[in-house]
Amino acid sequence: MSVDKDTVRRIAKLARIALEEERVEPMVNELNQILHWVEQLGEVEVAGIEPLTSVVAQRLKMREDEVTAGGDAEAVTANAPQREDDYFVVPKVVE
Amino acid sequence: MSQAAKKSKLIKGETGEWEIVIGMEVHAQVLSEAKLFSGAATAFGASPNSQVSFVDAAMPGMLPVINRFCVEQAVRTGLGLKAKINRRSVFDRKNYFYPDLPQGYQISQYKQPVVGEGEVLIDLPGGESAVVGIERLHLEQDAGKSLHDQHADYSYVDLNRAGVALMEIVSRPDLRCADEAVAYLKKLRAIVRYLGTCDGNMEEGSMRADVNVSVRRPGGPLGTRCEIKNVNSMRFIAQAIEFEARRQVDILESGGSIRQETRLFDSKAGETRSMRSKEEAHDYRYFPDPDLLPLELDEDWIRTIEASLPELPDEKKARFIKDYGLDAYDAGVLVTERELADYYEELARGIDAKLAVNWLNNEILGRLNKDGLSIAECPVSATANNAIIAMIVDGTISGKIAKDILDIVWSEGGDPKTVVEARGLRQVTDTGAIEAAVEKVIAANPDKVAAAQAKPKLAGWFVGQVMKETGGKANPQAVNAILKSRLGLPDEG
Amino acid sequence: MTTPNAFTLAEAREALKEKRLSSRELTEAMIAAMAASRPLNAFVTETPEKALAMAADSDARIARGEGRALEGLPLAIKDLFCTRGVRTTAGSRILENFVPPYESTVTQNLWDAGAVMLGKTNMDEFAMGSSNETSYFGPVENPWRAEGSNKKLVPGGSSGGSATAVAADLCLAATGTDTGGSIRQPAAVTGIVGLKPTYGRCSRWGIVAFASSLDQAGPMTKTVRDAAILLGAMASVDPMDATSVDMPVPDYEAGLEAGVKGMRIGIPKEYRIDGAPPEIDALWHKGAEWLKAQGAEIVEVSLPHTKYALPAYYIVAPAEASSNLARYDGVRYGHRAAGAKDITDLYEKSRGEGFGKEVRRRILIGTYVLSAGYYDAYYSRAQKLRTLIARDFAQAFEQCDALLTPATPGPAFAIGEKTADPVSMYLNDVFTVTVNLAGLPGISVPAGLTKEGLPLGLQVIGKAFDEAGVLRVGRALEVAADFKAKPAAWWGA
Ligand SMILES: [Mg+2]
Ligand SMILES: [Zn+2]
Repeated sequence: MSVDKDTVRRIAKLARIALEEERVEPMVNELNQILHWVEQLGEVEVAGIEPLTSVVAQRLKMREDEVTAGGDAEAVTANAPQREDDYFVVPKVVE
Repeated sequence: MSQAAKKSKLIKGETGEWEIVIGMEVHAQVLSEAKLFSGAATAFGASPNSQVSFVDAAMPGMLPVINRFCVEQAVRTGLGLKAKINRRSVFDRKNYFYPDLPQGYQISQYKQPVVGEGEVLIDLPGGESAVVGIERLHLEQDAGKSLHDQHADYSYVDLNRAGVALMEIVSRPDLRCADEAVAYLKKLRAIVRYLGTCDGNMEEGSMRADVNVSVRRPGGPLGTRCEIKNVNSMRFIAQAIEFEARRQVDILESGGSIRQETRLFDSKAGETRSMRSKEEAHDYRYFPDPDLLPLELDEDWIRTIEASLPELPDEKKARFIKDYGLDAYDAGVLVTERELADYYEELARGIDAKLAVNWLNNEILGRLNKDGLSIAECPVSATANNAIIAMIVDGTISGKIAKDILDIVWSEGGDPKTVVEARGLRQVTDTGAIEAAVEKVIAANPDKVAAAQAKPKLAGWFVGQVMKETGGKANPQAVNAILKSRLGLPDEG
Repeated sequence: MTTPNAFTLAEAREALKEKRLSSRELTEAMIAAMAASRPLNAFVTETPEKALAMAADSDARIARGEGRALEGLPLAIKDLFCTRGVRTTAGSRILENFVPPYESTVTQNLWDAGAVMLGKTNMDEFAMGSSNETSYFGPVENPWRAEGSNKKLVPGGSSGGSATAVAADLCLAATGTDTGGSIRQPAAVTGIVGLKPTYGRCSRWGIVAFASSLDQAGPMTKTVRDAAILLGAMASVDPMDATSVDMPVPDYEAGLEAGVKGMRIGIPKEYRIDGAPPEIDALWHKGAEWLKAQGAEIVEVSLPHTKYALPAYYIVAPAEASSNLARYDGVRYGHRAAGAKDITDLYEKSRGEGFGKEVRRRILIGTYVLSAGYYDAYYSRAQKLRTLIARDFAQAFEQCDALLTPATPGPAFAIGEKTADPVSMYLNDVFTVTVNLAGLPGISVPAGLTKEGLPLGLQVIGKAFDEAGVLRVGRALEVAADFKAKPAAWWGA
């Protein structure tokens, strides 16, 4: 499998990464080089093999239903590029 | 319910009849103190970003740890929906960008949800009922909230809701009209409220419904569906379905085709419209969240939860019909709310069940409605009402006085028996006293006596006078009987 | 007395305990060396005031006889660990000004043990790299140079700043993180010890995530003993990380000198790769001879899926990274591009500007392999390969107690030499990445010099949670190799 320019544009859009038009072609080549290289995995017979879900052999840890965090809007918003009255501010979103 | 299309539910188009097919995705907020994967609080209405942990704000390096109680609530709900509980389920990431989705993904369950297939029995008019299939219930995180109308150029993001635990309950497309959809949602709401897993508050958004609507020729293949997002009241759901079905029929009948899309219900205009922000085709790139291991549940734990389930509406309704001899309608109304059913049972203790239900319907619910109160806020306890009814039954007071006593206790409080004694409201059954009052009224109104003897219907006037004379305390049956015999009227008139 | 900068962690611990030296003196010496080393570009942020304050606190504790495990010992921290009130960049422009309001569990453990923080070390952006050339803050230079050459060499990556800081005696020891070899590979090419613990041994909470199922923090030190000491302090059972394992942390120093007599050491035949320099193979043989001479039995084992580890890694790691890095969107923290016309534009520009070339490339690869229609061919298949690779190790460990392999396919290379060809760069992790895929512990121990005088390392791989065994074999190699070489301090220390 290999990617073309349209695929790279679509992927960049999905990933929300600006990609100038002149970067599309080189990116096609770089991705194809990597994808071609990883394609050797196709040599391996994987029928009946379960994908590894975790290397940790234990049960999922759980938390009790107790309020242990929050209550500090200042700390939460302190690093925000734009904020107002403890809200994060972004360009207007149209629904 | 996927049998032959019910004639009455079809809608008429210009080219024939159409059947509406509805499926629902209900998001029910888990009643928990803390969020699904963080220790921040979940209370409604807090100041912006004040209930946000660093995990909820998706700060670098923050990790989710699941809230055991939320898992328990999902299992409890699954059991209440008579559903299969999956011993192993997996949390996946659903990846998309949106300002109120801080991680850039929602932790949800995709291929392996915690709860599998179940069913809900819905109550339809005329005492009928129908089964709606449940496809699955999964746990997922809620998103934050963006305010778009505060500023011309900006949206404001509050993450207080971000990370709150939701149960997404997905029905099969088994519903065939707006009324059924509403009945389904009401029943689901009743079940989660009985279970105590969700407060079912649609105004505060703790229960939201996405409605999938399509139309087809009766019995024909399924049509293309549109999803109406986040409709937040029962009334709007009905309106949205009716509008949307009609819109689709009009398109199809004029030769068009339905485009699968997400739509928004505009409650002011009473119509659905396409959502611009959801236009772009999504590719959610689901994959198992590597920060979490699969969720594995012990059979014993599931059984312990099962053993702790309360009696649910359907079982309660059946018991009310059987034990109290109520009809399906009365029983159905009583079990819509656990508090109402409990109130009724207390009220009916040791007295006639039908009398109790009438008293509850006519006296209590009417007054509550007028004062805008819920049954839980009722100022007169079920025990006090039970005492009032018992006094009617044993003849201590008349039905009329009983209502006065209820009014007094309603506004002033106090024990009904004490009120009766303190205010001397005990019914007069002493025939001597009643006879004396009758004599007095007759003696004072000789002309009216003659008139009543000619026209027995006028005897009612005498009853009123005698009641007035006795301060309303005379036993009405006794007054009637004595008057009739004294005036020489036939016993039945 | 040797200059305190050259002390090992164990030596400094003794010197402080015996009051031959104060933490203040030790810390001042490190601060001076750090300031003089700026040509190496090992630190992104120096925190001398904080270091001196912590040292003063330690001296007071030592005076009271309350010294803890790492009391007063100055360390360097990879800039991937969030540190409260101290800028944490992950080597990226997108976090250039990010100041965490929280402390990672691992660094908190270190401060709780009394350690002193000198500053935050440079690294490949988001730990994506094998040469420390992808940092927004510029490449780190390896303190080692080939004999008679002024060519600037890479320190390996991604923990290249930490490796350089340890190798150049700018600190006693440092923390690193290892996703595909990022501790062991830079340790090998800078002549220090680097240990990647079993996945789940050190908490990931507060460490900027690259690939969640692979990332693991570990020590980078001058000796194997130091690695045991530092790992003992870093490791913990953390309720905030669902993948942190509930296992008590043993005393890693206790069994360090137990020797390898009677141990079976496996030599995986698939680690002999075409085109590797003969010096690598020769060193590997020598390592096996050393262990044999100390009484170990050498057995050949097979890890048949070894060649697929690197391609599997370059699917899994970018896939997880594409999701983990979605949170850097310019909304709640981090770089926000100026002049965005709407929210999508804001995301695209902020991320386009904020991420460097390699990070952008990996996000795109990761997004692609998870996208609709490709998940099974890439991500799911790669995860199946992981199952096979883990199975290979399990089978090998039925025949031996630990494995011996080269750490890298060659010594440090020149800055700029491999940046044009991503795949050739990726091949630097060929010996280390298998361990991450299977979640096992591995250590790189300096074992010799190339004929140009550049360090090379040997790797010991152990069974899950057998860090003690890995350290024990590592110590045996260290004793035999007697590696004493130090880089010439050309940068003007
Ligand atoms: Mg849904
Ligand atoms: Zn949902």
